[in-house]
Amino acid sequence: MKPTDINNPDYLHKVVDCQWACPAHTPVPEYIRQIAAGDFSTAYMINWRSNVFPGILGRVCDRPCEPACRRGRVDKEPVAICRLKRVAADFKDDIRDRLPQPAEKNGKRIACIGGGPASLTVARDLAVQGYQVTVFDSGSSPGGMMRSQIPKFRLPDSVIDEECGYIEDLGVELRRNHWIGSLREVLAGDWDAVFVGTGAPRGRDADLPGRNQAAGHIHVGIDWLANVAFGHVTSIGKRVIVLGGGNTAMDCCRSARRLGGEDVRVVVRSGFDEMKASPWEKEDALHEGIPIHNFLVQKAFTHDHGRLTGVLFEKVRAEYDDKGRRSLVPTGEPDVHMECDDVLIAIGQENAFPWIERDIGIEFDRWGLPVLNAQTLQSTLSRVFFGGDAALGPKNIITAVAQGHEAAISIDLFCRKLPLTQRPPATMNLVSQKMGIHEWSYDNQVSEDARRKVPVRSIEEALKDIKSEFELGYDFKLACAETARCLNCDVATVFKPKLCIECDACVDICPTECITFTQNGEEDELRGRLKAPSHNPEQALYLAEGLKTARVMVKDENVCLHCGMCAERCPTGAWDMQKFQVNIAQAGAEV
Amino acid sequence: MTYLAKPKLLAADAPRNALGYTRRDYEGAISTLCAGCGHDSISASIVQACFDLDIEPHKVAKLSGIGCSSKTPDYFLGNSHGFNSVHGRMPSVLTGAALANRNLLYLGVSGDGDSASIGIGQFAHAMRRGVNMTYIVENNGVYGLTKGQFSATADKGSKSKKGVINSDNPIDLAALALQLGATYVARSFSGDKEQLVPLIKGALRHGGPAFIDVISPCVTFNNHAGSTKSYDYVREHNAAVNRLDVILPKAQIEASYPPGSLRRVVQHDGSILHLRKVGVDYDPSDRIGAMNHLQERQALGEIVTGLLYVDSSGQDMHAHLNTVEKPLNQLGDAYLCPGSKALEALNAMLR
Repeated sequence: MKPTDINNPDYLHKVVDCQWACPAHTPVPEYIRQIAAGDFSTAYMINWRSNVFPGILGRVCDRPCEPACRRGRVDKEPVAICRLKRVAADFKDDIRDRLPQPAEKNGKRIACIGGGPASLTVARDLAVQGYQVTVFDSGSSPGGMMRSQIPKFRLPDSVIDEECGYIEDLGVELRRNHWIGSLREVLAGDWDAVFVGTGAPRGRDADLPGRNQAAGHIHVGIDWLANVAFGHVTSIGKRVIVLGGGNTAMDCCRSARRLGGEDVRVVVRSGFDEMKASPWEKEDALHEGIPIHNFLVQKAFTHDHGRLTGVLFEKVRAEYDDKGRRSLVPTGEPDVHMECDDVLIAIGQENAFPWIERDIGIEFDRWGLPVLNAQTLQSTLSRVFFGGDAALGPKNIITAVAQGHEAAISIDLFCRKLPLTQRPPATMNLVSQKMGIHEWSYDNQVSEDARRKVPVRSIEEALKDIKSEFELGYDFKLACAETARCLNCDVATVFKPKLCIECDACVDICPTECITFTQNGEEDELRGRLKAPSHNPEQALYLAEGLKTARVMVKDENVCLHCGMCAERCPTGAWDMQKFQVNIAQAGAEV
Repeated sequence: MTYLAKPKLLAADAPRNALGYTRRDYEGAISTLCAGCGHDSISASIVQACFDLDIEPHKVAKLSGIGCSSKTPDYFLGNSHGFNSVHGRMPSVLTGAALANRNLLYLGVSGDGDSASIGIGQFAHAMRRGVNMTYIVENNGVYGLTKGQFSATADKGSKSKKGVINSDNPIDLAALALQLGATYVARSFSGDKEQLVPLIKGALRHGGPAFIDVISPCVTFNNHAGSTKSYDYVREHNAAVNRLDVILPKAQIEASYPPGSLRRVVQHDGSILHLRKVGVDYDPSDRIGAMNHLQERQALGEIVTGLLYVDSSGQDMHAHLNTVEKPLNQLGDAYLCPGSKALEALNAMLR
């Protein structure tokens, strides 16, 4: 196996599992340390640079960071990264003086279509570089699906107003209530580049017998949620069936519970574990007394002369073929009929671009998605870029933000007439954290405490008002306690073979036995003869050669606790704990 | 040196032995020795050996004297019996404990000061009495606790950290043990766990006095140029006579060896020692030959390591003294006080 090159920013970045998993690469351990130090404003600004909407994401992010969290591999649950982000947003001071000032205009004009997270990210990144950005949105307030689809009890309007406001304050022009009906017309305007961030606005329907006859009480989930969000819908029948197993279904059922639904149930084709909804969202639904029925496929809507009476389901079971692909096979048992007054259909979302003319040079694939360069997000019409759900299909807010950053870089390069595929590189820095023999400038004592639960409103109170926020967020004390659970994965173990005397002190002290000195070999074979055999090939081996005995040092990154004990035990300073900072390039960075 | 306790967090798939214990379960308190001390590696090797042998921690008694080495039993086998005795007096305390209860595994841990200076008499007598024990000397050739004076095992001509040349002749504890009748004698190096761990395993499964002299560099006072007990010097002058694999009675023998390269020794308890030949043709059953080999190589400036001598036919102290099988504290009143008739019979015998 070849020695590891830790000067490649990707290597140590990958060791910071949460940051690597975050599409926007938010420096998680760094902001958690700031929270621990009580500096919420700095913690907020670290987030703001990377993910633009810390207050919003601290409440409703899909949290790809948490399943990736190293602590999940050595403890029962990961660090509550997402909710700590909210803490930064909740407890920060007025941060407006820390925001960048509107830059001097460079004369370039950019149009962003849609006022959601992707467009607003593009607007922010470009506005601070001097671009004149105009955002067109059909709604009266910006935010896109964050405002229209996410229930207010999860994400209050005030948070969206605040964080969208910071972007507007940068000199971004927001054209509210402005419906774009033709891209051709937009292109006729004098824009240097156009960004399309219009999301995936169409909810998939269930075209089943009875759908049209009983249409009055059958609703498409995301449309219904938008109507609830804007106050057009304020009630629902007592018995409600929600079809679908994603996060939209969870929002639908919990909203229905708050608008008068007493017997609200979720019915899903798949099994419970395979549902697309995040585990915590399922948990919240169950907590509110909403049962989830699995392995039932909707067959028909039953009605009495157009009055919806219920839904008929076929029972299925999951079967897997040799390749692990699942198919749902009818069990042959009698169909199940569930009675209800209303049905909410939340079985998926689709893109729709009826407003983009097909003869203006933008190609679409057979799924109706624009043909894009996946890296640059540039369409086949060179000055039109896509991002967010509109680009590569529906994902989540943090992915939209990440794509917004990429699109902004592309637009900036495009306007500077530079090649788009030559992206500005990430830069990195490594700084020793050693303060003394036993002292480090980070808290290296590993907490063995369990994850703290986020306080919530009582169910009785929460169900009374659809606008009252369900989660109350951590208080200061809980937040501090939770921060201690972070393992500081960005404080990297850096090994200098030249200084090593091979005394084995690091091997002996390592609490998770991740260091081995042995003969080199092929990676697969080497993994098998480490002190603790490595069963997780997704996690790298850190290999260093140049030792006196011609052996190699191999460190399995998998369960390293970053406790620094190897470095404290090292008599020669061959091990050191160094803070790794990766600076992910944004628009305007040098190529 | 670390003040923080090791975190208990462990990967879910961390290796476990037949008793369900992880290596961590065989550890003790956090070491307070200098960072890089060879002694910590020996502690880790003892942990590894006990883990590998599925030893129940409560079936072990670890005893020590005074010194850096004798502090180490605090750092391994935290759930075993322990006795930190007077300087150099570990062997007699161990002998007494072994006499009182033969059901425990006795592990004596000592240093070159504790065993070769103040306690050399005790060392000699424990060996010649044939106490069933594993006696490990953590040998760094220096008095580390008192800031680096030569110990009795420091080689003549070696240089102290201050630059003083040692003019005294060294005591070779392995050679002494051979002469005094130890039936398992080995030498190893703290920086070579691949050699050391099997040697400790073999010793723990040996049914008589087992002695291991482990060269253990003192990073603070004896790891400089001119020292003959530094990491670099020992690595350069290490002349291993064999490599050991310990195979438990029930285990499947998986390793295969080229013909003629292996020597097989079956110990009292059925465990098998596989000795792989390294370089020289060495016979570990020949006590006189072993002593000669040690002297010859030492004269050439080499450090002979490996299993130097093993005799699995020897008897231990309990056999010599014909002692009772049961631990003394388990003998009931009826056994200890057989009654007046028995006393009369005994008195009658003496009349």
